[in-house]
Amino acid sequence: MSFINQLRPYPAFIFVLAVVLSMPVAVVLAHVFVPSGDIWQHLSSTVLPDYIRNSLLLMLGVAVGTLLIGVTAAWLTTMCQFPGRSVFEWALLLPMAMPAYIIAYTYTGMLDFAGPLQTSLREWFGWQYGDYWFPQIRSLNGAVAMLTLVLYPYVYLLSRAAFLNQSICVLDVSRTLGNGPWKTFWKVALPLARPAIIAGLSLALMETLADYGTVQFFGVSTFTTGIFRTWFGMGSAAAAAQLAAGLMVFVFALILIERYSRRKARYHHTSRRHQDLRRFQLTGSRAFLAFLFCLFILGLGFLLPALQLLSWTIHVADTVIDADFLRLLVNSLSLAAFAAVLALILALVMAYAQRLYPGKLVSGAVRVAGMGYAVPGAVIAVGVMIPFAWIDNTIDDLARSQFNYSTGLLLSGTLVAVTFAYLTRFLAVSLQTVDSGLTRITHSMDEAGRSFGFRPLQILRQIHIPMLSASLMTALLLVFVDVLKELPATLILRPFNFNTLAVKAYELASDERLAEAAPAALAIVIAGIIPVILLSKTITRSRKLKLAIDEN
Amino acid sequence: MRKAGIFPSVFLGLSLLFISGCSNESENEIKEVNLYSARIESLIKPLLDEFTEETGIKVNLVTGNADELLQRLQNEGRNTPADMLLTTDAGRLHRAMEEDLLQPVESETLQQRIPSSYRHPEGYWFGLSLRARPIMYVKDRVDPAELSTYEALVEPRWNNRICVRSSSNIYNQSMVASMIVANGEAATEEWAKGLVANFARSPQGGDRDQISAAAAGQCDIVIANTYYLAGMLTSNDADEKAAAEKLAVFWPNQDDRGVHINVSGAGIIKDAKHRDNAIELLEFLTSDTAQQWYAETNGEYPVRDDIETGEVLEQWGDFRADSLEMDKLGEFNADALRLMDRAGWQ
Repeated sequence: MSFINQLRPYPAFIFVLAVVLSMPVAVVLAHVFVPSGDIWQHLSSTVLPDYIRNSLLLMLGVAVGTLLIGVTAAWLTTMCQFPGRSVFEWALLLPMAMPAYIIAYTYTGMLDFAGPLQTSLREWFGWQYGDYWFPQIRSLNGAVAMLTLVLYPYVYLLSRAAFLNQSICVLDVSRTLGNGPWKTFWKVALPLARPAIIAGLSLALMETLADYGTVQFFGVSTFTTGIFRTWFGMGSAAAAAQLAAGLMVFVFALILIERYSRRKARYHHTSRRHQDLRRFQLTGSRAFLAFLFCLFILGLGFLLPALQLLSWTIHVADTVIDADFLRLLVNSLSLAAFAAVLALILALVMAYAQRLYPGKLVSGAVRVAGMGYAVPGAVIAVGVMIPFAWIDNTIDDLARSQFNYSTGLLLSGTLVAVTFAYLTRFLAVSLQTVDSGLTRITHSMDEAGRSFGFRPLQILRQIHIPMLSASLMTALLLVFVDVLKELPATLILRPFNFNTLAVKAYELASDERLAEAAPAALAIVIAGIIPVILLSKTITRSRKLKLAIDEN
Repeated sequence: MRKAGIFPSVFLGLSLLFISGCSNESENEIKEVNLYSARIESLIKPLLDEFTEETGIKVNLVTGNADELLQRLQNEGRNTPADMLLTTDAGRLHRAMEEDLLQPVESETLQQRIPSSYRHPEGYWFGLSLRARPIMYVKDRVDPAELSTYEALVEPRWNNRICVRSSSNIYNQSMVASMIVANGEAATEEWAKGLVANFARSPQGGDRDQISAAAAGQCDIVIANTYYLAGMLTSNDADEKAAAEKLAVFWPNQDDRGVHINVSGAGIIKDAKHRDNAIELLEFLTSDTAQQWYAETNGEYPVRDDIETGEVLEQWGDFRADSLEMDKLGEFNADALRLMDRAGWQ
């Protein structure tokens, strides 16, 4: 029965969609079967062990870091009351607006051996090189720190949403059973929020795997840097694709872990009675510690680097900010908004297919469509470039032979190609968010709707949309911010005379002109802040809305 | 189902909007030339604007990494909109020629202006500026009399005193390729191992970072391209300037093959639709104004020898440049990289 279901137009469409969206990854992976000579032997006897070790350590470090910071911060701001809580609630999301490569450049500028901090230390104490110990910013640990600082918001965001959505009853029961805040956290809230936490973590880790800018700048050899070295330096696309395939193994492992954790955790709240959270009132030193923790994270992840960018910007503002700069801003914003809307539509279409036609084919197709998230943007870009150019050239050949007319390149080098690359790369973000929102709407709610005689569209309008609105907004904004920060695919695929803020910031920073790169970087951050704040408000509001619904 | 139907049409509609938005301009009979440039926008746009002002030919620009631009050209094939490829190293131009992406150009102006060692004999590509990669030393800690050649940097006296960036960087790959040509692979590998043993720190950051690290005392010797030092010397940032002033340039291998150099250059795309305009642009880039601009604004050496280079470059004096064929740098690039992998040069 279920297989026949899968043959209906809707699931079939999903299947086709997944094939199209996974094309870039497939094109790259297809190179796996091209023989690459003795390069593998060379790689495995020299650098490959380093790639594997560094990628694993990087993931491990970022996992530990984002979990500790993200979950702790989410718990503190949702469940505890301490000075500054209502500001931290949204402000802790701000580091999300900071691209990893930019925070890396910024901290290097500040903390490097030749940077102002170490130079001042040497001047004050009369030290020389080697006289003192200072953490090496450009190292594996540095990369872990940078990525943790900008990626913890994924864990924070999703676990916060989960904590907010937990029925207060469960927590009340825990409290009446005599559990204090700690015990309630460990025994009740954390297990309940686990699927959301793991979803956030897997997003953060996929970003980690795909990161190129930070590790490259810090000189840490990972799979990503290895792909480009092999591809361009050694001129072997095949070996590079084989490395990319190795990267995909990590991704599959992540996806499986995420799936597995969800399967084991089928918690549905039986009571839908929500009420305002009664937060644990923190006092004295505990309140102070909570405040300090949040301030510390916010300071490192956002305030400090943003201030540095601002000071550089002020330094160079008069030469860099002009009419061209405004155009960059408009380009970046409109492209990001457009891609975010498209990604949301696709995610909805796919998530509903999964709900309406449960089965291996559809869920497999949806998984496959989201695979691009962990693939470095530049790899995706090449995967987009190859089939697009092929289609264009085939059409052109046809037109030339049939009508003696050259159509030229229709899609290559247009914003269509750029947008398509964004969708391949970031669909997973909106998919995860919409999907996790949708799983919170239990099937019994649908059945209840049906027993009221609701038609499917009515169920959608009356039940799903109000309950989903926070997830939809989240999906939209996450992709918006991601596209705003996206660099490699934009760089490779963009049309003539078209630049974005990220391209500008990268070009100048790669020429080692950090100060001149600052205005564009700062603009990305500022443009990213607004949606991030909106995001936080939406989640809080959605809870209030739910409260209102429950009371009626 | 209705939802599913909306998406493709919306996408298509917007796509068409995009495409028409992009091709609008080319339909009017504007004189133009399409350029793929590995040189970043801010280091080429001012010259292009001047070219447009002078000739009325509009330049459409896409910047990017050279390898990725090559990849793009390859895929676009005969329908590529690009007329000209500009790179910052000869290795990539060589690769573009090998991959049959360029066409030969005959231009008396170009042949006359550019010395024959800095252009392809059949005119597939032309050098536009020289980028020298000498040794730099900290003035108050190193006596230049101790320095002689790249090869001599493996001497034990330099132990823990050398800063150089990662082997992922094309400048190092080209430099090592030039040494493979000069000394052979086995000797170069031994050399690379010795150099790595003398590193003051594991490679990190770019050329400017090496200079800053040396100025701050982390190392005494740096291998870096001169225009980074020039950029720091003319910087608005007082700290940067002060750091750069602590270093001086030493031209190595002056008694044998000469200092390692690379050229930035350009070639005309095989299926260029605006071939004549592209040649005009090439010629413009070798004009007095453009060549002087390279020297004074970018701190690179002009490819012509009859151009004033300005005081920053003049203070370092003249040098003998390695005269190997630039093609070789591209040819031995992969070997160089593997060699550096084996030597443990990160």
